[in-house]
Amino acid sequence: MPLLGLAGLAALVAGLVALGEGRAITATLPLGLPWLPWRVRLDALAGFFLAVIGVVTCGVGLYGPAYVRALEHGRDSLIVLGGFTGLFLTGMLLVTLADDAFLFMVAWELMSLSSYFLVAFQHENAANRRAAFLYLLMAHVGGLSILLAFGVLASFGGSFAFEAMRTGAMPFGWASVAFLLAFLGFGMKAGLVPLHAWLPEAHPVAPSHISALMSAVMLKVAVYGFLRVVFDLLHQFHWQWGVALLLVGSFSALMGVLYALMQHDLKRLLAYHSVENLGIIFIGLGLSVVFLGTGHPVLGSLGLIAALYHTVNHALFKGLLFLGAGAILHSSHERDLEQMGGLLRRMPWTGLFFLVGCISISALPPFNGFVSEWLTFQAALQAWQLDSGVLRSLIPIASAVLALTGALAAACFVKVYGVAFLGQARSRHVRRARPVPMGMRAGQGLLAVFCLVLGIFPTGVIEVIDAVPRQILGSGLPEASAHGWLWLTPVSAATASYSAPLLAVILGVVAAGVAWTLRRGAVRRVRRCDAWDCGFAPPAARMQYTATAFAQPIRRVFGLLFHVEEGVDAGEGAAARYRLRVRDRAWGLLYAPVAQAVEFAARRVVRLQSGNIRVYLGWTLATLVALLWIIA
Amino acid sequence: MTAAAWGVALLQGLLYAALAPLLVGWVRKVKAALQNRRGAPLIQPYRDLRKLLAKDARVAHTASPLFQVAPYVVFATTWLAASAIPLLATGLPTAAIADMIVLVGLLALGRFFLALAAMDVGTAFGGMGASREMLIAALAEPAMLMAVFTLAMTAHSTNLATVVDYNLTNALVLRPSFLFALGGLLLVAIAETGRIPVDNPATHLELTMIHEAMLLEYSGRHLALMEWAAQIKLLLYGTLIANTFLPWGIAEHLTPAALALGLVAIVFKLVLLAAALAVAETVLAKMRLFRTPAFLNLALLMSLLGLLSYVILEVGT
Repeated sequence: MPLLGLAGLAALVAGLVALGEGRAITATLPLGLPWLPWRVRLDALAGFFLAVIGVVTCGVGLYGPAYVRALEHGRDSLIVLGGFTGLFLTGMLLVTLADDAFLFMVAWELMSLSSYFLVAFQHENAANRRAAFLYLLMAHVGGLSILLAFGVLASFGGSFAFEAMRTGAMPFGWASVAFLLAFLGFGMKAGLVPLHAWLPEAHPVAPSHISALMSAVMLKVAVYGFLRVVFDLLHQFHWQWGVALLLVGSFSALMGVLYALMQHDLKRLLAYHSVENLGIIFIGLGLSVVFLGTGHPVLGSLGLIAALYHTVNHALFKGLLFLGAGAILHSSHERDLEQMGGLLRRMPWTGLFFLVGCISISALPPFNGFVSEWLTFQAALQAWQLDSGVLRSLIPIASAVLALTGALAAACFVKVYGVAFLGQARSRHVRRARPVPMGMRAGQGLLAVFCLVLGIFPTGVIEVIDAVPRQILGSGLPEASAHGWLWLTPVSAATASYSAPLLAVILGVVAAGVAWTLRRGAVRRVRRCDAWDCGFAPPAARMQYTATAFAQPIRRVFGLLFHVEEGVDAGEGAAARYRLRVRDRAWGLLYAPVAQAVEFAARRVVRLQSGNIRVYLGWTLATLVALLWIIA
Repeated sequence: MTAAAWGVALLQGLLYAALAPLLVGWVRKVKAALQNRRGAPLIQPYRDLRKLLAKDARVAHTASPLFQVAPYVVFATTWLAASAIPLLATGLPTAAIADMIVLVGLLALGRFFLALAAMDVGTAFGGMGASREMLIAALAEPAMLMAVFTLAMTAHSTNLATVVDYNLTNALVLRPSFLFALGGLLLVAIAETGRIPVDNPATHLELTMIHEAMLLEYSGRHLALMEWAAQIKLLLYGTLIANTFLPWGIAEHLTPAALALGLVAIVFKLVLLAAALAVAETVLAKMRLFRTPAFLNLALLMSLLGLLSYVILEVGT
């Protein structure tokens, strides 16, 4: 486990060095097929994602040992957990380094398969096995789609090496086919709606630090793959693709956050938020492609930088939140929000770090989530420069969805934090929760500090990220840091400026100054008393608003988008029970029909299986003849 | 950005804090007059604040440290958000620190802490207030962003001072986009400041409260700060509407005469706007909670129509 942290540190350093250098380092590994050696290449794009993987892995490496110790007495072997975690990380790092489609696919499958075993780690639970199988299935459908995309690219480039693919010229039609296949494959891995349904099943059932890795990092590897194929290898941009990205991204963001609001299992809720955040990243990418496709390279870089900034932000705060959820699970064995409450006083450090994560993910200043959302808005606000009226009106609608998403995310995290960490404990084992060990706190603290630093010093971060668009698009964002480290001015100083350092300082000074002035006055006493009870019974833990109650108004307002089963069971003599089940519409509309079709087809094919060997031999002969006829 | 500009920015910030209770007093006075009452004197809100500041703060046993930190965060964010809006003069450095998206973000940060503090004590009222507030905010925030985006796209800048400058220098054209955005922003302002018909600032019935339910557990200086922040928020929205849509009179140069004129102009505009608010509050009745989404959807629709009518009809004109 400590090795994990070291690997993370190495990846972080390598990534930052690559970003700083601005040129590509290539090498050939003595592995692979004789005519197709494995080539690796470390350029700015790969370096950026290496750094993202690295920083989260550092946090998880600090956190992991203490967390795993609790699993030691379980039935599951820790060697399996550690081994597959190592393979998983290796797979992800190799994906970012691969320089030919062959190594890319091998590494991709390594990543998918090893994470399957991690999802299935606690396999005695049937629901976990089912989630893991679904995950494996979706990973392979996605992998197939990516393989086909590489096939299209290779047939025009003449080789499976990325070098050759870059030079191949493609007509629009085939390029669109490759784009769609890549979008489907990587989008499935990234959990975009409507292909997301596996994600909230699979991510929560893994051990929490693995959930953190999967949600914070593996989804980013999917974003990396998409960027590599579309922005780097295809290297052509059409506004039609941008519109597709915008639509899917907006839809994912909105549905992700709405479904997250309906969850009361903390880890499931966080997994739905990954859908939302990946949607936001794809909105940024969509804006970038639209601007690039209509000949605005600088704005295209702005969109790309916004998406990349959100990528690293999401990795940080989602990693942090999953580690926090793991800490709660560790000390109270509880994942259900309805049983939590008052954890801030029992686990103050975890509470503080979790609060940082909540503020960051809700896109509130001066933390990091706000910066990337601000940049995305700035890119969207340049829509007036476009010539097409349709695009000009589509982009504002996408930004309206983004605004709604941000506001709903804030509502969701008020719910999470208010129900879990504030108020009173709703169950006995939560009341007995204890602070988690030092290592776990340090892992969360590291990510929390990064969240704050990336929120307060965006200008420096953008200068570093700028290497990516300069490398793959050939145009950076020179204006962003033209006015010193204090001012962030993505387009120009007159268009928009944001000074996160000054804002944070003034905010702190004003709050502290007011507090100091008031405390100096005659009254400084704070008297403790009971809460207001309207003169009736004193408030008890069960009188508090629950997570479901908190989200009820939103469920009513957006009721059409959910599959809600609600009712009251009142049996003879038994107390009446309120029953509520909110299900994902994607199941009924997409997954169930596909599953039925597959079953139907399978039942038809079964007829071939008569059990009679002569019939089988007949089929074999017929196949052989048909094949010979085709090649002849 | 000279020392004078920073000085005026500071003065403007202090004015926001100082004038906010007066605006609330004025709204109450007009409402009282409309209801044939004499009403409390204009300075009553100041007296209330002083009274609260002089009292002990009482905090429930079940409250966590967040409960005591929240009033300072709410007050600081609201005040800072207000300071970013040009009150007397344009071209101040505060507008460059925080543009209009940051402004919305700061208000959201304050609301986030307010809602958390409401849930902290663990009573049902707090949770109810927080849940409702977040519902309204979730619907109002996109409408507000769309409305300010209309302004931002027209002026090609999200900097509020630049937007005000743009509206000053370009002769008044009756833009359909601005009318829609103004309508949307007015509705959002009513919802966000907790006025009738969305919320009732004078209610004493816990079950209908939204904003007041969240403050139910606060007392003493904590309550004073929360109340003051709410008053600043009202002034903030008033100034935002008055100075961006009707910017005349605001100082473009930092001379004492221009600043004085700016002060007179904004006071005049706010007096009219607040009187209109008081009339609306007297005429209308509070809505049921589940009718507010329709109200806010109207706001979102108007703001979006404003934005669309800009990008479709007005680009390049």
